[in-house]
Amino acid sequence: MADLTSAAPARHGVLEGARGTRPRRALSGRNIMIYGILIVMCVYYILPLWVMVMTSLKGMPEIRLGNIFAPPVEITFQPWVKAWSEACTGLNCEGLSVGFWNSVRILIPSVILSIAVASVNGYALVNWRFKGSDMFFTILIFGSFIPYQVMLYPIVILLREMGLYGGLWGLVLVHTIFGMPILTLLFRNYFSSIPEELFKAARVDGAGFWGIYFRIMMPMSLPIFVVAIILQVTGIWNDFLFGVVYTKPSLYPMTVQLNNIVNSVQGVKEYNVNMAATMLTGLVPLFIYFVSGKLFVRGIAAGAVKG
Amino acid sequence: MATGVRKSWLFRNVNAKIAALPMVLTTLVVFVGGTIWTVVYSFTNSKLLPRADFVGLAQYERLWANSRWMQSIENLAVYGAFALVFTIVIGFLLAVLMDQKIRYEDTFRTIMLYPFALSFIVTGLVWQWILNPEFGIQSIVRSIGFESFTFDPLYNPDIVMFGLLIAGMWQGTGFIMCIMLAGLRGIDEDIWKATKVDGIPTWKTYIIVIIPMMRAVFITVLVLVTSGIIKLYDLVVAQTSGGPGLASQVPAMYVYDYLFTAQNLGQGLAASTMMLLSVLIVLIPWAYLEFGGKKNG
Amino acid sequence: MTNSIEVKDLTLNFGATSVLKNMNLTVAEGEFIVLLGPSGCGKSTLLNCLAGLLDITDGQIWIKGKNVTWAEPSDRGIGMVFQSYALYPQMTVRGNLSFGLKNARVPAEEIAKRVARAAEILQIQPLLDRKPGALSGGQRQRVAIGRALVRDVDVFLFDEPLSNLDAKLRSELRVEIKRLHSRLNNTMVYVTHDQIEALTLADRIAVMRGGIIQQLDEPHTIYNRPANLFVAGFIGSPAMNFIKGETVNGGRAFKFGSVTLDLAGYEGGAIMDRPKAMLGLRPEHLTILDDAIDGATFPATVEIDEPMGADSLVWLEAEGKQISVRVPFEHRPKAGARVHLKVDIAKASLFDETNEQRI
Repeated sequence: MADLTSAAPARHGVLEGARGTRPRRALSGRNIMIYGILIVMCVYYILPLWVMVMTSLKGMPEIRLGNIFAPPVEITFQPWVKAWSEACTGLNCEGLSVGFWNSVRILIPSVILSIAVASVNGYALVNWRFKGSDMFFTILIFGSFIPYQVMLYPIVILLREMGLYGGLWGLVLVHTIFGMPILTLLFRNYFSSIPEELFKAARVDGAGFWGIYFRIMMPMSLPIFVVAIILQVTGIWNDFLFGVVYTKPSLYPMTVQLNNIVNSVQGVKEYNVNMAATMLTGLVPLFIYFVSGKLFVRGIAAGAVKG
Repeated sequence: MATGVRKSWLFRNVNAKIAALPMVLTTLVVFVGGTIWTVVYSFTNSKLLPRADFVGLAQYERLWANSRWMQSIENLAVYGAFALVFTIVIGFLLAVLMDQKIRYEDTFRTIMLYPFALSFIVTGLVWQWILNPEFGIQSIVRSIGFESFTFDPLYNPDIVMFGLLIAGMWQGTGFIMCIMLAGLRGIDEDIWKATKVDGIPTWKTYIIVIIPMMRAVFITVLVLVTSGIIKLYDLVVAQTSGGPGLASQVPAMYVYDYLFTAQNLGQGLAASTMMLLSVLIVLIPWAYLEFGGKKNG
Repeated sequence: MTNSIEVKDLTLNFGATSVLKNMNLTVAEGEFIVLLGPSGCGKSTLLNCLAGLLDITDGQIWIKGKNVTWAEPSDRGIGMVFQSYALYPQMTVRGNLSFGLKNARVPAEEIAKRVARAAEILQIQPLLDRKPGALSGGQRQRVAIGRALVRDVDVFLFDEPLSNLDAKLRSELRVEIKRLHSRLNNTMVYVTHDQIEALTLADRIAVMRGGIIQQLDEPHTIYNRPANLFVAGFIGSPAMNFIKGETVNGGRAFKFGSVTLDLAGYEGGAIMDRPKAMLGLRPEHLTILDDAIDGATFPATVEIDEPMGADSLVWLEAEGKQISVRVPFEHRPKAGARVHLKVDIAKASLFDETNEQRI
């Protein structure tokens, strides 16, 4: 009995035959296929970014001669400068910077307002249900599938009645409305993962609707606010349709101005400037994407998973 | 509720109701109200401004007699059919490859997903440049010896929709891959172990066991991709502006033009109502399957 | 009896962490072995290695006299039952049972025969055309066992099969698994963290911790002669009492505080004088007496008692220590009573505190 108590019995010494890890070749046919396909697909995904950057760093003579995939022989930042400060839409040659600042002016209030409204919505839906609250939420989610074209004109009428049509705040309101379904879903799902006991304890301690929201829910939900910010910044920055419909040309966001610059029929096409302008417009969401990493994935996945 | 004095239901939790007001207004006024308004006024003869001058189905008759609308529908059908099949097949295959315990998974995912962060305008313009026959892929292939090589989808009405397809897939397949991958990762690991003990080959496990288990994920993807296809607009505006000719017109463009530039409101509203109808055709069976089924079991 | 499973010098590392350390284990044919331990002890990992679902780092695994170290799971002659059942949700019960066989190109009539036999043994004939979603937890686990059964193998591996079931179903299925074993007489390796399952089912229990088998023995021995402090503390509910002290008089007595207990009749190795010793006493191996017996009792004060149905667990204080004693409910003393505890030294366990091993 005593020998059983020793923890490690004697080694078997030499073991004949198969032993240890299964032999595997690093370059098996299976691995070659997997990595081969993935790499080919990655070329497809990377190529446009490469072409965009390379073209934007070349002079027009080099573009006319060479191939669009080749890196520039002579690097020039002139196209970037021109795209930023001189590119023309029609007769107006103030560059894409106008659109950039318009987008920033639209972006900041839209992001703040839409997240504030949606987070309070989500909180009310989880912790302060009232008669019909679930029905409104269901309509909201279904509403997100209605093509925007269906609601474009009624909103024009609404904004006109409110005196907001064509202005900055009208567009902010539109972004708040159309951001509401996805953001409410996001916050609702997150808040419902917070233990209900916490909410009950706070109520017993005498906290009210806003007290619980600001002192308990918000501090506990910082990650989901970051996800919401990522989602809204990229979404609103990339919007084109609402910008075109609800603002006037002097307030056009960057995407609209970019399209007008590149697709304008007047003058000689300056592909390098066009690509620099395109790249400039893509920089903000790309920056957000590369900085946020997994949070971006979480944000877009939240849109796919129903509550 | 007989003890003490309780506030009537209207004033209970009054803060919560005030807080939910934006949601209530959005759903009632914009989503429900706006949709009803559009459907109602699609039966009118509104031109520049909405007028309650009802003309029955006249706008719809005009719509379906309009060759530009017919072309738009046809274009979208071609784009949609291919986009649906390719997005789902490629998204799933990529997800399966990513699920093989590969190295550098994060790098691969970062590369596949970054286009999704970009707008359709950027996507369209970049692919317009790459597909430019004078400088882009066609000229490169010709310059390495294939003199007669022709690939100019943006200038060839027959294949222009495929030019858009290449760009659309570039932007969206990474996203679908991510959803599919999350679905694959959500499958109980014991299922995989059970199939290994049963001696089922991996590919067969995917087809016979895993895909049926991912039914909900596939349906979600189907709904997402379909509603994305119906909304297709920005990409076309940026990449082809609907051309050459009418070869890449899509319904959303038709609606926009009739609402805001052609001063034919009734016609635009009728077209947008048709778009709504097509979404409902997808949405209602889905909602029935997802939510109707839950109540019963 | 021949050996059904032999594990030789098995080592498994995940990167730098070592999960299983130079493990050796031999299971006889028809034996029911339970791998028992807290979570993270490597018990499930060992089972997955046996099944071939995890690649081992070093060593060998033999099943039925064949070296299967590199063999695929399906070629090892094993059937496996999982905690989450792992049934194929879109197939009927019949489909679940026959899927693996069809894939191995077993003739149809043979499949039908085996499915019918498994269904008969597990009494799931009425469920054959249902899908797993329509079954209860207990029924699902029967089907999962059936899937192992139809494979007609000699070795069954169970990975915490009852953990997802409620207490009542768990005890029912426990009996059923035992019945199954006595009917089929297969070799069974069963992983659990539930000591009741282990004690009731096993021919031998392997208690594991930190990737090492602490003790491999019959349940009775594991319970009464724990090999070290870990096994002693892990097995038994309510838990064993441990009293720190020293052995004196050339190993003839155990001294703690002002108490000296006579160790005559202790079953174990040479005790000698050890300055740091630990006496392990199970609650049922102590008796409450009114009067002292020299060298066999020590004084204690009753604090509270926890009635547990037939028995009551009485908590007493002695020499500044909490001691629990199991007594019949009707014999429980009053709180505050001053009593004497008699030690049944033949059933006690003595450990050397420095190496935690049983003396």
